[in-house]
Amino acid sequence: MSVFDPASHESAMITAITWKLIVVSAVIYAIVCMVLIRAAARHRDASATAVDLTPRPVIGVVWFGAIIPVVVLVALFLMTLTAMRRYPASDTASPVTYHVTAHQWWWDVAWIDPVPGRTFHTANEIHVAVGRPARIILTSDDVIHTFWVPQLQGKIDLIPGDTTEVRFTALQPGVYRGQCAEYCGAQHAHMALVVVAEPPAAFADWVATEADAAAEPRDSAALTGRRLVVTGPCAVCHTIRGTAAAGAIGPDLTHVGSRLTLAAGALPNNIGTMEAWITSAQSLKPGVAMPSLRLFSGDELRAVAAYLEGLR
Amino acid sequence: MTRATVLILAATLAGCARRSAPAVALAGDAQRGRLAVERYGCGACHVIPGATAANGRVGPMLVRFREQAMIAGHAPNTMENLVRWIRDPQSISPGTAMPNLGIDDATARDIAAYVYTLR
Repeated sequence: MSVFDPASHESAMITAITWKLIVVSAVIYAIVCMVLIRAAARHRDASATAVDLTPRPVIGVVWFGAIIPVVVLVALFLMTLTAMRRYPASDTASPVTYHVTAHQWWWDVAWIDPVPGRTFHTANEIHVAVGRPARIILTSDDVIHTFWVPQLQGKIDLIPGDTTEVRFTALQPGVYRGQCAEYCGAQHAHMALVVVAEPPAAFADWVATEADAAAEPRDSAALTGRRLVVTGPCAVCHTIRGTAAAGAIGPDLTHVGSRLTLAAGALPNNIGTMEAWITSAQSLKPGVAMPSLRLFSGDELRAVAAYLEGLR
Repeated sequence: MTRATVLILAATLAGCARRSAPAVALAGDAQRGRLAVERYGCGACHVIPGATAANGRVGPMLVRFREQAMIAGHAPNTMENLVRWIRDPQSISPGTAMPNLGIDDATARDIAAYVYTLR
């Protein structure tokens, strides 16, 4: 998650500007330090009365206080403006399009398919094809959030009641971590996401799988788990396509088992962390909308988690 | 010497003789164990002193675990039982919420070695 390791055209443009700004600032800082040290050293032995207070020519002040700073700042400003005009570099031809809605504190990710009925929701994870432009339309359901995947794009705000848009093209396969970059409440730090850039064939497989309904339970424990999920409190907030669970408050869980993280990047995703999240969400991420559910026995809890982890 | 000290000593000695010893596989590597603990997210359920983001309150705290006499109240706290517990908790305590994460034997030994270092 480093701005110095760009993986898209857009991020590379920003990194180039960043380096130029750092170099220019470092040179100016070094010059100012040298002048200060020289001035201090020269007057080290002079007593207070010996300081020469006769006016100096103002020409140095004009050059170093006005002309040079104006030239440097205007040059940097023009460089940034030029980059902004070319940004985002990705064209709009056949982009991968998502609608992302930020919530306190997770990301709803909606895939917009050209074929009606193939549109789906997932959460906290965006898949893109390497070399194909991605277009992400962003909004917020509550407060202002900022979408930032440093290796892929520059920060962009998500604003309640409005939409913004970001485009980027991932150049190498990889898993790129992103983070909400606008303080949005108690769990702002636990509002991460991942962007998975994969080869076109793998990406097409992912889309096809995600658009499908939920997988059938594979064993009796998972079958028990599904019954508990669909008839229990989970279904009030969560949707699992292909079952009776159709809540619309929390993330869509249709393929939750295939995701890399739980709770918007707060936990790795496996049967153990799933159990922890179900029973103990309020101690892991205090204030989150998910309650700590204390109604399952050990066997039931394992069954629920086994079912959810089987949703791949 | 406590059992854990013996285990740590054994791990150290085994490390010296890495080539010859099947003891390496028996003892486990606490450093690797710590990485595995963080990768699996054990800290979502357990308080694990020193591990990253490990303040879960679902299961017991693992503070000074080597001093604990029983595992899950069912089996004496030995290396072999702890490895078995990590790999297949239901085989020791049916009905426990602790899941089988499909951890292999070598990794379970690393995790056990790490858990025995906790203070």
